[in-house]
Amino acid sequence: MVDSKQQWKAWLYLSPAIVLLLVFTVWPIINTVRMAFLDNYSGLQAAGGETFSFGIENFTRVVKARRFIDCLRNTMLLCVLTVPISTMLALLIAVTLNSIKPLQKTLQTIFFLPYVTNSIAIGMVFAAMFNIVGSFYGTDRQLVTTAGIINNVINFFSTTFTGKEAMVNWINIGSAYRENIIVMTVYIVWNALPFKILILLGGLQSINKQYYDAARVDGTSRTRVFWRITVPLLSPMLAYVIITGFIGGFKEYTSIVGIFGENMGPANDRDRLNTMVGYIYDALENNNQGRASAAALILFGIILVVTLLNLYVSKKRVHY
Amino acid sequence: MSDENKEIRNDIKAPKSTADSSYAAKAVMSEKDLKKTAAAQTVMQILVKFLVYAFLIIMAIIVLFPFYWMINSSLKTLSEYREVVPTFWPRKIMFSNYLEAYNAANLGRLFFNTVIVGVVSTLLSLVITVLSAFAFARLEFKGKNLLFAGLLATMMIPGELFTITNYTTVTNLGWRNTYTVLIVPFLVSVFYIYLLRQNFLQIPNELYLAAKVDGTSDIKYLWRVMIPLSLPTLISITILKMMGAWNSYIWPRLVANDEAHRLITNGLRNAFKDTTGDVNYPVQMAAVALVSFPLFLVFVFLRKYIMKGVSRSGIKG
Repeated sequence: MVDSKQQWKAWLYLSPAIVLLLVFTVWPIINTVRMAFLDNYSGLQAAGGETFSFGIENFTRVVKARRFIDCLRNTMLLCVLTVPISTMLALLIAVTLNSIKPLQKTLQTIFFLPYVTNSIAIGMVFAAMFNIVGSFYGTDRQLVTTAGIINNVINFFSTTFTGKEAMVNWINIGSAYRENIIVMTVYIVWNALPFKILILLGGLQSINKQYYDAARVDGTSRTRVFWRITVPLLSPMLAYVIITGFIGGFKEYTSIVGIFGENMGPANDRDRLNTMVGYIYDALENNNQGRASAAALILFGIILVVTLLNLYVSKKRVHY
Repeated sequence: MSDENKEIRNDIKAPKSTADSSYAAKAVMSEKDLKKTAAAQTVMQILVKFLVYAFLIIMAIIVLFPFYWMINSSLKTLSEYREVVPTFWPRKIMFSNYLEAYNAANLGRLFFNTVIVGVVSTLLSLVITVLSAFAFARLEFKGKNLLFAGLLATMMIPGELFTITNYTTVTNLGWRNTYTVLIVPFLVSVFYIYLLRQNFLQIPNELYLAAKVDGTSDIKYLWRVMIPLSLPTLISITILKMMGAWNSYIWPRLVANDEAHRLITNGLRNAFKDTTGDVNYPVQMAAVALVSFPLFLVFVFLRKYIMKGVSRSGIKG
């Protein structure tokens, strides 16, 4: 029963949402596609009355740009490292957390705490932990005041077990790409754990206890129970956590700003750790909307493909 | 099964009467073995329990360590921070670092801006979300399902795609460096509309029809029935929205990075540009702690709602 009064009332209630969505969501989608296919489109020049020809030059230029390839490599590398590590660690924590009674609530609360933080602010704390405080680092006049808590811990173990002193240049001037990536991986995994643990623990708690009772009657071993009962019954949540992990991973940006600042890399190598999102914003700030749009569409395409790939794999592996 | 069991037990317990001595010896052995395996199992179980707790506690320490280090560092004097081997508790507690940080980063202004933006955008967003969710859940109109599907489809698209055009739009509207630019573009969240609509659908329609018969207006019905019944969802939305304002970095930095309108996150990053090298860490960590404390308070008191909202959304802010 559709009466006309309900009709206009519905549109009235929806009008604020629709107006805002048209301006800030629908129009941007259309406009981004338009700008991406206008060669070398620039907002500033467009305002000056210049016209642009239709073409795919934005895409070819972006894909050929060394900077873009670097950003793509950084993003992919961080994704490939952090998603599996954080998922496996979260699974391990969730399974063990689910198996205990005393302290369970307390530990669960502790593990959720990093979720409610500001990724820039805590990034600055991580930077402080990894940073070597000193002057003229990497030169002959090098003067180390304190090597930071992480280096002190490493040094402690190194001198105890091997007798050698050890100090790693993690993020300072002259630090290596590998060390930078290790720091970023540690921070991103630390940041990604709480959400994954929350989802996986919720999934574990909803598994029917009868399966485990049946397995116990049959005398099934722990490992077999884990792989044959827990993982299959948890697979929808695992798939969800992995898919959202990849989507989040491809949009990585603020955690790098948190640790390295807007330099996006050690002081002697700006933008070394820049990501896809960072590339888009740089192009935007240089009034290069055409290239920014092309990069954004490429990012969307990659996320779409990875998500579909994940869904395809999980269709075969996930048991609902 | 029980009969069989009894027979076997009898075999073990009274073997002499039924069989020769070698059989008896075997049976006694198996009893010993049984006890042994039982004991081994208990030892295994205790060992596994121990390992499980050890693992969880070590992980918990790793998770908590950055917070501890933040507070520890924020209370040190600069000279103590610069000691070669760091101390695990400040010898002299320097609360003055917090005052210095507050002034250095102009935190008062940043807090004020963030609270204004957070509160206004949350209130407006709630009104819009409630009205839209009500229309989708209770009213019949042409194209309802198509419109709803269209809205859900936009959730797939990464936000960066919108930002490029929105940047131009707000510049043309003359909104740069105002509160408006921080509030208006993000008022509508398709996800919140979806979440609340699902909640509204669970409320029986008979209540609405009864209210209609009594001549109650929609707004009154929403206010008296729908909103109280879906309060937990609305609280989750409020918290996530406020946290969003507190944590947003990219958009504010892009469009409102002047002294008067800076929000807490880009203000913090802007005040402490150096992350490596010779940095005055105690003051920087004090500023970081000041920015983090309100979030901890929210966490302590409203954890339940956050966890509920997050487990259904999978989004941060």
